Amino acid sequence: MSTSTATSVSLAVRDVHLAFGAHRVLRGADLDVARGGTACVIGPSGSGKSTLLRTINRLIEPDRGDVLLDGRSVLRDDPDALRQRIGMVFQQFNLFPHLSVLRNVTLALRKLKKLGEDEAVALARAQLDLVGLAAKADARPAQLSGGQQQRVAIARALALRPQVMLFDEATSALDPELVKGVLAVMADLAAAGMTMVVVTHEMGFARTVADTVAFMDAGVVLEAGPPAAVFEAPEHPRLRRFLSQVL
Amino acid sequence: MDPLRTLWETFFDGDSMREALPEMLTVGLPNTLILAASAALLGSVLGMLLAVAGISRTRWLRWPARVYTDVFRGLPAAATILLIGVGLAPLGMEVWGPNPYPLGVLALSLIAAAYLGEIFRAGILSVEAAQLEGARALGFSWGESMRLVIIPQGVRRVLPAWVNQLIALIKDSSLVYFLGLLASQRELFRIGQDYAANTGNQSALLLAGLFYLLLTVPLTHAVNWLDRRLRQGRPTAPPEPEPDLAPAGVTPTGREPR
Repeated sequence: MSTSTATSVSLAVRDVHLAFGAHRVLRGADLDVARGGTACVIGPSGSGKSTLLRTINRLIEPDRGDVLLDGRSVLRDDPDALRQRIGMVFQQFNLFPHLSVLRNVTLALRKLKKLGEDEAVALARAQLDLVGLAAKADARPAQLSGGQQQRVAIARALALRPQVMLFDEATSALDPELVKGVLAVMADLAAAGMTMVVVTHEMGFARTVADTVAFMDAGVVLEAGPPAAVFEAPEHPRLRRFLSQVL
Repeated sequence: MDPLRTLWETFFDGDSMREALPEMLTVGLPNTLILAASAALLGSVLGMLLAVAGISRTRWLRWPARVYTDVFRGLPAAATILLIGVGLAPLGMEVWGPNPYPLGVLALSLIAAAYLGEIFRAGILSVEAAQLEGARALGFSWGESMRLVIIPQGVRRVLPAWVNQLIALIKDSSLVYFLGLLASQRELFRIGQDYAANTGNQSALLLAGLFYLLLTVPLTHAVNWLDRRLRQGRPTAPPEPEPDLAPAGVTPTGREPR
């Protein structure tokens, strides 16, 4: 996939804390992703993976800590402008059901990037073509399979030419036979040099695509490193226990 | 005298109906439609503002919306129309002269807004939080997300309730006769009432009732049709779950995870 790779950035999460009332979800999480690199975040449910992802594009504001793109803090940026630079894909796709597939992709192009109708449609069709769904442009999301919907969601995010892509358990809601197509799109994107943070339960994907695998538990990244190290020579006992359960 | 015959002559006198019919058609019907349509339009706009204020995180928007809704939903329509029509008459006098008609429209709109606001609010709140998150993640502000993503979906879900409110509005438009309209401004009910008062025969009033049914019954059925369609989707577009193929040009071999 040869789009949106021109301006990838490096990403760093520094000592991020977040509490919902008395519940401390993040307790000093750190994460580093090189420019064009892919970090897979693994860990048990409730360990704070999805919350960490949301502090990166500030859908949730951290209580403490910092998020850096190319070494510069994003916490003082306008959050709406920041989110245009950071694409996000959700477990439940979050496509807009009242709009056609094409309109789902053109909406932000027209209203945020202020592109004209023709330009937005051309760009959206090209982006849909890249995920193999050009023929579905006029369908409603509900008429597509889960895998197709997720690929539309990826196209929708990529159309804005983001510098970072966040994936929140992008294949967890899919039937097993639909997972492959979505993972293939994500792997292509990683190979094309997009900086990505991927929260996933797909250990095979983490092992083959990630540059960094980060294991989260109880709101911190307990261990991070190249997939070979994390999977073959885990140091932390909790990571060893987690891997013994999922592999 | 046969009571049944009296009843028939009082309410179903063909001559009385024929006499009232031209004015019903040329004056009453247009005025009822103008009153109801303009109040529906203004009421919907105000109702949407109330709905958004009602879910705002700002207390200074939420509270006034709450109080407004409680007051205008709680008062009898007739009381509100009199209060607005009489209370604002001096103001109206300065703006457009001694004409109670705009105040009637305003009063009807203010009442409708209270009900429509609650309907819209329920619709907006029924849209999943994930939709807002999806819109915000693309870079839309809260307001843009509401306008482009949440409200269009929410309104669609409450269209049947919205049409129901329009039916109530058509009927409530008869209440503006309180305000003392000019002959050319009278709506269906007032014309029926005038004929009844002048002739002592109630048939014209019954004719007005038939006109109301003619307007509201099709709307009632439109609601049912709309409700069915929104529940079941368009008959021409059945969902077609398909086998999911990997996108063109992607060869799953090599880097495919286990």
